Amino acid sequence: MHCGMCLPTCPTYDTTKRERNSPRGRIALMRAIAEDELPVTREFADEMSYCLGCLACQTACPAGVDYATLFETARADIEQARINPSPTRGFYRFVTLHLLFIHPRLLRVFGKLLRFYQTSGAETLVRKLHLTRLLPANLRRLEPQTPRISEKFSNELIAPLEQPATDPVKHRVALLTGCIQDIAFSEINRDTADVLLANSCEVHTPPVQPCCGSIHSHNGETELARDVARRLINLIPPEKFDAIITNAGGCGSHLRHYTHLLEDDPDYSSRARLWDQKIQDIHEFLAKIQIRPPTAAPFDDETKVTYHDSCHLTHGQKVTLQPRQIIDLIPGLKRVELPEANWCCGSAGVYSITQPEQATLLLNRKVEKIQSTGATHLLTANPGCHLQIQNAMPALKVIHPISVLAQAYRNESISLN
Amino acid sequence: MLEKLTDLLGKENVLTAPEDLIPYSFDGTATFRVMPAAVAFPRTTEQVSACVKLACETNTPIITRGSGTGLSGGTVPSEGAVILCLVHMTEIIAVDPANLTLRAQSGAITLKIDEAAAVHGLFYPPDPGSMKISTIGGNVAENSGGLRGLKYGVTRDYVMALTVVLTDGTIATFGNACVKDVAGYSMKDLFIGSEGTLGIITEVLLKLLPRPAARRTMLATFASMEAAAETVSAIIAARIIPCTLEFLDQMTIRCVEDYTKMGLPTECAALLLIETDGHPAAVADEADKMAAIARSHGALEFSTAANEAESLRLASARRSAFSALARVRPTTILEDVTVPRSHLAEMVTFIAKTAADYKLTVGTFGHMGDGNLHPTFLTDERNADEMHRVHLALDAIVTKTLSLGGTITGEHGVGLAKKPWLRQQLGDASLNLMLQLKQTLDPRNLLNPGKIFN
Repeated sequence: MHCGMCLPTCPTYDTTKRERNSPRGRIALMRAIAEDELPVTREFADEMSYCLGCLACQTACPAGVDYATLFETARADIEQARINPSPTRGFYRFVTLHLLFIHPRLLRVFGKLLRFYQTSGAETLVRKLHLTRLLPANLRRLEPQTPRISEKFSNELIAPLEQPATDPVKHRVALLTGCIQDIAFSEINRDTADVLLANSCEVHTPPVQPCCGSIHSHNGETELARDVARRLINLIPPEKFDAIITNAGGCGSHLRHYTHLLEDDPDYSSRARLWDQKIQDIHEFLAKIQIRPPTAAPFDDETKVTYHDSCHLTHGQKVTLQPRQIIDLIPGLKRVELPEANWCCGSAGVYSITQPEQATLLLNRKVEKIQSTGATHLLTANPGCHLQIQNAMPALKVIHPISVLAQAYRNESISLN
Repeated sequence: MLEKLTDLLGKENVLTAPEDLIPYSFDGTATFRVMPAAVAFPRTTEQVSACVKLACETNTPIITRGSGTGLSGGTVPSEGAVILCLVHMTEIIAVDPANLTLRAQSGAITLKIDEAAAVHGLFYPPDPGSMKISTIGGNVAENSGGLRGLKYGVTRDYVMALTVVLTDGTIATFGNACVKDVAGYSMKDLFIGSEGTLGIITEVLLKLLPRPAARRTMLATFASMEAAAETVSAIIAARIIPCTLEFLDQMTIRCVEDYTKMGLPTECAALLLIETDGHPAAVADEADKMAAIARSHGALEFSTAANEAESLRLASARRSAFSALARVRPTTILEDVTVPRSHLAEMVTFIAKTAADYKLTVGTFGHMGDGNLHPTFLTDERNADEMHRVHLALDAIVTKTLSLGGTITGEHGVGLAKKPWLRQQLGDASLNLMLQLKQTLDPRNLLNPGKIFN
């Protein structure tokens, strides 16, 4: 099937109007490679790197083409064909994919160092002295966008086991703390735990969790992705929980596809299937268990908010209504629908590093739409989008819907007092 | 040729690398694939003219392409051909509410045209299934239909004037903004539906209508396809012309439901999507009458969309039917046969029987109100034996269609896919006249060669 229904939803095709920059064109190239009509070329590698992996095409595809799998397979083929070897690229891939995002403790050490750098005055000094000039061009451009590292990480904020204060336990859940979420947005994890507790959940949060493998899969390192998936299943046995909760759109989209990843591993294939059934996005889970509506408002004044769909929450996980329903339950919020809410903001994992031009185009488009709503708060549920949009719009409050909800619950006790 | 083309359009507007060309070796039609020599992106009528002059000098065949969603192989390249891709010519030049017209470049997206009209309370009715991405130029070249054909007609009924680049590069304009115009032959009508074989359409002037004040969308389910077909015939016989009378069989319903998860009734044998629009009183009256007719013809259930959003979801679900059918098997061979409406039930029965006779899986949907059916064979092009049976079944369906006074294609065009049966339908006199016309307007056979006929 190559009907072209995906074309109007593809942000890169929308930019260039060239077929090769569309899902249909990319699949045609993959097919040509599979049928030995085309070798894995540099051009093909560039093309697959230009793809955001936003999966808007998958939502649009009536034929149900599994673009996510095709995309990850293509990127793995490109890595195997060693199309892009360069010492710098090799170094960055090693440090990120093989070290930091495999060893959570190492990532936290790195996070602590970065935090020290950011808070000790060293960063200010470096910026004043323009020492960032010493960085390679693409890192120099990104330096101001480095996420602010949290003072405390998830393990310092959340106990391994927490029980609801008064209510009897209705659900036994595990909470995934993520990588970037853990070191840069650990308070979102705390908020998620609070919201779960407020909804009668017993919350299990293993203090040291490996990366889910999303970043490895997206970047063609399938074996590493399998490794971390097995480690995560060992750490959080799916048979022991009613649900395993994720609060980051990008992670969730990968986390619920372990069946496919581990289908050839006899020791893990059946547990992976169970795992996929248990993985739930926090909004999806709350909607399913019938969330307790908060009785207090999170903010002092009535607040105009809008909601941006992260690609992997909306296209990867098809969770679109639930975040809006939750926002609409919170007193004191006036939600306006964001035009093109599910159009990629350009963050897309490491895309803003690898494809800065296209990422900037998309970001500008997103900023314009957000401004058109007149909202003072943008709610979104993925750390990539969060950082990308916050950096572009410093005056805007960017916040996770669950953090707003948690604040509303917290204010209940204050208003009671 | 390529060097001069690059000089003319700039390097960024001429593609020649294999990675760039492979995605242009096919369109929306299954099984046809040929590599072009290059793809060029002109931005103005003048640039198109210059490209055509170049092609003339170098004897290079030209394939005009929009978004490549065609369903008859009309934009599949021929060997050595250069594709002129008009997707950058998207400007909607003007909406004229005083004269109820809209002028646009031919690469403008069909949906955007209706949206531009809607700003002024106006309406561009033709709505082919791919309207979210199809270009108006492609619609005109194929004379595309859509879901509203029954009441509002097809693309041809809305074309008032065309700017066309002829095979020698001459820029010609046919038609004007007048409601009446009998000055000479209606040349625009010659180019509408000419599938890119007579000239390249670069600009269109379209007729608009006032936007209907009200609309109601309804669903009726049936235990048999014949009951649905008879309901359609009865509605038309009762002097009601609803805007849409769409039909989906069970296979199609299930595939669409699998995609949309909107809760369509997957247990019934057939479903009719009915829409009436216009003055609110007329809409209410027609809706009631059609509900009564459906019930008296064996409708199992009859429901009405609660609001505009649900109406849109239903229409959009119907538009996904063809693509959704691809969920079942890797290759979908789509037919476009159309019969006079009184023969609908007979045709529907024949299609089901033919599929069974040749042991094939078929999903049938279509514009029942127009007598236009899309039996879609769900098959696998790698299976030679099965493909042979598909061709035998297609032959049988075409023969039956023609015996009922029907046509091999109601709205997709002949292109490559329907070419084998054109003479059977038209007969020698008619086909030979077409060939003479082609010979006169494109003597060197450079414009979309090999399409419609050889």
